[in-house]
Amino acid sequence: MAKVMSRRLFWDRTFTVLLWGAGCLVIGLTGTLFTALFWRALPLLHRQPLSELLMGTQWQPAKEAFGFLPFLIGSLGVTLTAMAIAVPLSLLTAVYLAEYARPTVRLLLKPMVDLMAGIPSVVYGVFGVLVIVPAVGKLAAFVKTYLPSVPLLTPSAPPTGYSLLAGGIVLALMVSPTVIAVMDEILRSIPMSLREAALALGATRWETVRFVVLRAGHPGIVSAVLLGFARAFGETMAVVMVVGNVPSIPKSLFDPAYPLPALIANSYGEMMSVPLYDAALMLAALWLFLSVLAVNLVAQHFLRRVRRGWAG
Amino acid sequence: MTWRRRQERWMKVAMMAATSLLIGSFFALLTVLVVKGWQAISWSMVVKLPTGGAYFGGEGGILNAIVGSLLLAVGATSLSLLVALPTALLLQPDYAGRKKFAQFLRSLLDGLWGVPSIVYGACGYALLVALGWRACLLGGLIALAFVELPIMVRAMDEALGIVPKAMKEAAYALAFTRYETMRHVVLRQALPSLVTAVLLAFGRGIGDAASVLFTAGYTDNIPRSLFDPVASLPLTVFFLLNTPFEEGQRRAYAAAFVLLVLVLAVNVLARVITKPLSRYIVR
Amino acid sequence: MPRIVVRNLSVYYGSHQALRDVSVEIPDGQITVVLGPSGCGKTTFLRCLNRLIDLTEGAKVTGEVFLDGENILAKDADLLRLRQKVGMLTQKPQVFPMSIYENVAFGAWLKGLRDKKALDELVRQCLQRVHLLEEVRDRLFAPAFQLSVGQQQRLCLARALAVEPEVLLCDEPTSALDPLSAQKVEELFRELKERYTIVLVTHSLRQAKRLADYVLFFYMGELVEHGPAQQVFSEPKEEQTKAFLTGVIG
Repeated sequence: MAKVMSRRLFWDRTFTVLLWGAGCLVIGLTGTLFTALFWRALPLLHRQPLSELLMGTQWQPAKEAFGFLPFLIGSLGVTLTAMAIAVPLSLLTAVYLAEYARPTVRLLLKPMVDLMAGIPSVVYGVFGVLVIVPAVGKLAAFVKTYLPSVPLLTPSAPPTGYSLLAGGIVLALMVSPTVIAVMDEILRSIPMSLREAALALGATRWETVRFVVLRAGHPGIVSAVLLGFARAFGETMAVVMVVGNVPSIPKSLFDPAYPLPALIANSYGEMMSVPLYDAALMLAALWLFLSVLAVNLVAQHFLRRVRRGWAG
Repeated sequence: MTWRRRQERWMKVAMMAATSLLIGSFFALLTVLVVKGWQAISWSMVVKLPTGGAYFGGEGGILNAIVGSLLLAVGATSLSLLVALPTALLLQPDYAGRKKFAQFLRSLLDGLWGVPSIVYGACGYALLVALGWRACLLGGLIALAFVELPIMVRAMDEALGIVPKAMKEAAYALAFTRYETMRHVVLRQALPSLVTAVLLAFGRGIGDAASVLFTAGYTDNIPRSLFDPVASLPLTVFFLLNTPFEEGQRRAYAAAFVLLVLVLAVNVLARVITKPLSRYIVR
Repeated sequence: MPRIVVRNLSVYYGSHQALRDVSVEIPDGQITVVLGPSGCGKTTFLRCLNRLIDLTEGAKVTGEVFLDGENILAKDADLLRLRQKVGMLTQKPQVFPMSIYENVAFGAWLKGLRDKKALDELVRQCLQRVHLLEEVRDRLFAPAFQLSVGQQQRLCLARALAVEPEVLLCDEPTSALDPLSAQKVEELFRELKERYTIVLVTHSLRQAKRLADYVLFFYMGELVEHGPAQQVFSEPKEEQTKAFLTGVIG
């Protein structure tokens, strides 16, 4: 009997050690990740100060000119475009699914949205190249002909369709399912009694949503948007296939851009042949890592607060 | 009065328009891919290896990529599972759940959840260079495992958290050790959700390109060891989509099509498998 | 010969004191009923007796509880042995996600009983003693969750008996059951008291009167009065006890 007992305790203790080992491994690996990137980026950081790198506009690795500004602006531009499209669409869809749609409709549509979230980025890229880029190209030609000098809209060079806008549209499609899923969860967690109280006062369904439900779910909605932003900022494959990849600062929606992830992906082949090129790319990766991590942590923090609010 | 009703109606129209736009794009995507893919796919495409010069329109199929993707995804998911499940268990209140350590770990994993896979790829590359290795299956496996880890841990954490506290207490009251409670009660109760978590991560793993771009290499052959380079479906699409040669393009569309089919299949599997796995669980 | 001796037991949830300096001796081979209005600390008291209180977040316990002479609240107390000796039944039956057979057999299997025939025999015996065998004989391997609530509670009792405890702690075991099942379970307690010491928490005065040999009356975390059932019910010494018995409080 005692032998059985001690064997049971042995397994219990071993198991506990394994669990703690796994936890420490995760922390250790994350630290290694960060350290590896930082260490490989160091040679460049030694040579040029960070501010110069971030504000420089010339990207010519052969001449050791590593100006990241075009890429930072490209990344920001593509992401903001994507969010400008995705947020209204996602919010409207999420409100529809959570508040208006009949149960059968919702049962049909929600799995589809979840499915969309699982489609690989290269597949979105193919769709982008085959459908979105030509469409944007035609639109760009139209704009260039009829609106020759509208800032932010008129393309500066003969438009090919590979542009900021194309990248933004593809990203919007990619990011929307995730954002919708989070918003949907938030909206459905708001108690029915809140809505009933508003309706009882004579509000229309939309007014209930606008003044009561959305206000109640506000922090969660913001978190969803932030999560989408982080996801879009770091998305690589689909964007690199449609965005043009020209290292200059885009001056219009129809100009090509070159977001950071695309830079890293494209430079794969040449990285090792030019000195300091790989350090620059590691720096870009590090920048991506930290900025996305920061946005994510903020978003998750709010999301956890919202979720805990319901339990409490 | 009517202005408010009109606003209600307009908003409803807007909502349905937005939803239709998104769902419509989804169907457009499926249609385009199925049409292009169907044209490109053939039995030989799926079972033959490319005979070289794929970019220039050489002969052969995409078997290298299909097998490669499966190797990568299965291997990475298994690796990830080995670390994710213990970590998720550690986060439970039975172990570290209430201490600050668990909060820290959870926040860390939350942050990692959104890290773009290209970062993992770049990092993996840095490590490969430091070790003096070439891009290979092992590199791809590790980078991909990193991508899948936060997804798996979070899904598993949620699955384990739903197990009722009273059920665990009943086990402890019967003199179960923590290990025994986890293994025989908690894992059984959470099994369907845990399996779904694994499948979810697997689906992500087949489709991810950015992490394997630098770390797995590319080749026309099927790797014979962990240190050989390996092809993958997403990279086949990425590399071959823009070739001027039709043969190369066909391979890209075929790869995209196979990828889509695989991802949808995993999704369907996840839904179908829940019911039989839930036979004994307590609701 | 008292089975359990409690000395100066106090429990704090943060700054709130749920049990105040409880001292009492629980007799062997009898049904001891823990009585009192809701929220007076009855469940907390019970959970101290098998150290399940450890699992409640933020609970702090002081004092001593002696089971057969050993202090179970000591830091180095053997929890596994304690919990094997002291079984528990909760208000809402919590069956495991396994078959009926496995639910009963598992505790014994973990203890080391691996012989299939012996396990079969044990399961049959335990199910028989809770009068469940006839009802589930032909579906022993069906999911336990398919049973009715009353059957699940009896299953939980069989499960507890299978690890061969000596004390049974029952936290309002019949309050979630329909009257017929409740009656069956009460019958079982009367049968079981010959071999086990039973400590039963209830807020139903009627049930207490039906079952109790010994009574512990709690009010607001304090053990107000205790004694043989006859005595406490007919000649209560304290005001609060009288008030509870006449329905003024609780």
